[in-house]
Amino acid sequence: MGAQLRVYKRRIRSVTATKKITKAMEMIAASRVVKAQRKVAASAPYATELTRAVTAVGTGSNTRHPLTTKAETVTRSAVLLLTSDRGLAGAFNSNAIKAAEQLTERLEREGKEVDVYIVGRRGVAHYNFRERKIAESWSGFTDEPTYADAKKVAAPLIEAIETETAEGGVDELHIVYTEFVSMMTQQALDAQLLPLSLEEVAEETATKGEILPLFDFEPSAEDVLDALLPRYVESRIYNALLQSAASKHAATRRAMKSATDNAGELIETLSRLANAARQAEITQEISEIVGGTAALADATAGSDR
Amino acid sequence: MAAELHVALVAADREVWSGQATLVVARTTSGDIGVMPGHQPLLGVLESGPVTIRTSEGGTVIAAVHGGFISFADNKLSLLAEIAELSDEIDVQRAERALERAKSDDDASAGRRAEVRLQAATAR
Repeated sequence: MGAQLRVYKRRIRSVTATKKITKAMEMIAASRVVKAQRKVAASAPYATELTRAVTAVGTGSNTRHPLTTKAETVTRSAVLLLTSDRGLAGAFNSNAIKAAEQLTERLEREGKEVDVYIVGRRGVAHYNFRERKIAESWSGFTDEPTYADAKKVAAPLIEAIETETAEGGVDELHIVYTEFVSMMTQQALDAQLLPLSLEEVAEETATKGEILPLFDFEPSAEDVLDALLPRYVESRIYNALLQSAASKHAATRRAMKSATDNAGELIETLSRLANAARQAEITQEISEIVGGTAALADATAGSDR
Repeated sequence: MAAELHVALVAADREVWSGQATLVVARTTSGDIGVMPGHQPLLGVLESGPVTIRTSEGGTVIAAVHGGFISFADNKLSLLAEIAELSDEIDVQRAERALERAKSDDDASAGRRAEVRLQAATAR
């Protein structure tokens, strides 16, 4: 076998192996998207009920709470960025990071200091590489976040917002995550989580045509709000984590699908080249044999004379 | 009119139980509270504790609830909890082990969780 042909054959073998791997990864990601989507759906009743309850307190009393009060001058904001632990997900992480950077830039233009909190090793690596400061980071659960993980993430953020700004606290909290729109579309977006504007939440519910009754609070409206708001923040973060996970799996699936397709194309091209090389080799051998016999015939013809 | 209220027991990651009931007893921070159909709209903070739901079929559903809220309006009662388990889902031995571990680790909140689980499991 010619050297050229051997090289092609070897490359075809290696690309075939890669294709098998990416195909498997694609199928794993596809099954995980479904699972993650189911989790998003399962968390919906809790989120809806919680929103209703928050609205009820918000409209039923004039309670003021650090989580709902807007600071007059915002000097420091926190940005929570949700990325994934593992790559191989196309532009998933870079889109989220880009969105976070745009948001940071905008906030800084408005004269605010920005503390960055990151979930996921990819985001942490990006910031560490550029030697930017990270206030706090978490990783290890981005593929399948649980409610306990959301609580872990929310705790320091709620604490930061409850601390006075002068003592290192923050005035607002933004979250950057990837919304799962559909299997094909995921969108990195930012949203302001805190201070929570009760009017906005109320509007959200009001558009559904629900009129809330006057509630009796047990033990008191303040205490209920005290307990309710952190849970609300946690549930929002939980929802964002779940959506990010679903988006990440969808992005992985898509990236792996195109990798598989590309490998297929590559194998086709390489096989064509290998075939051509084999043909060339055969042609050369034939012409060598023909040439050889001709020379031999010439030589014998000459000696006969 | 048959006095019934609709109950939804919802944990952070799933709906644990939902159905019709005649009476729900839960523990709020200011004491046990019983809700029957037609109760005044109510929003309360729950303690970790067992919740008893008397269903309209005459059965009883008991669940261990850890932290959360009770809200009642329009004959619809929602129990929101970070963690909620029905009594028949609770593995008594596991809960006992967890209780012992919590005692030896001196972890008050984990101990409380295990205790509530056991209470709910033995009450069934």
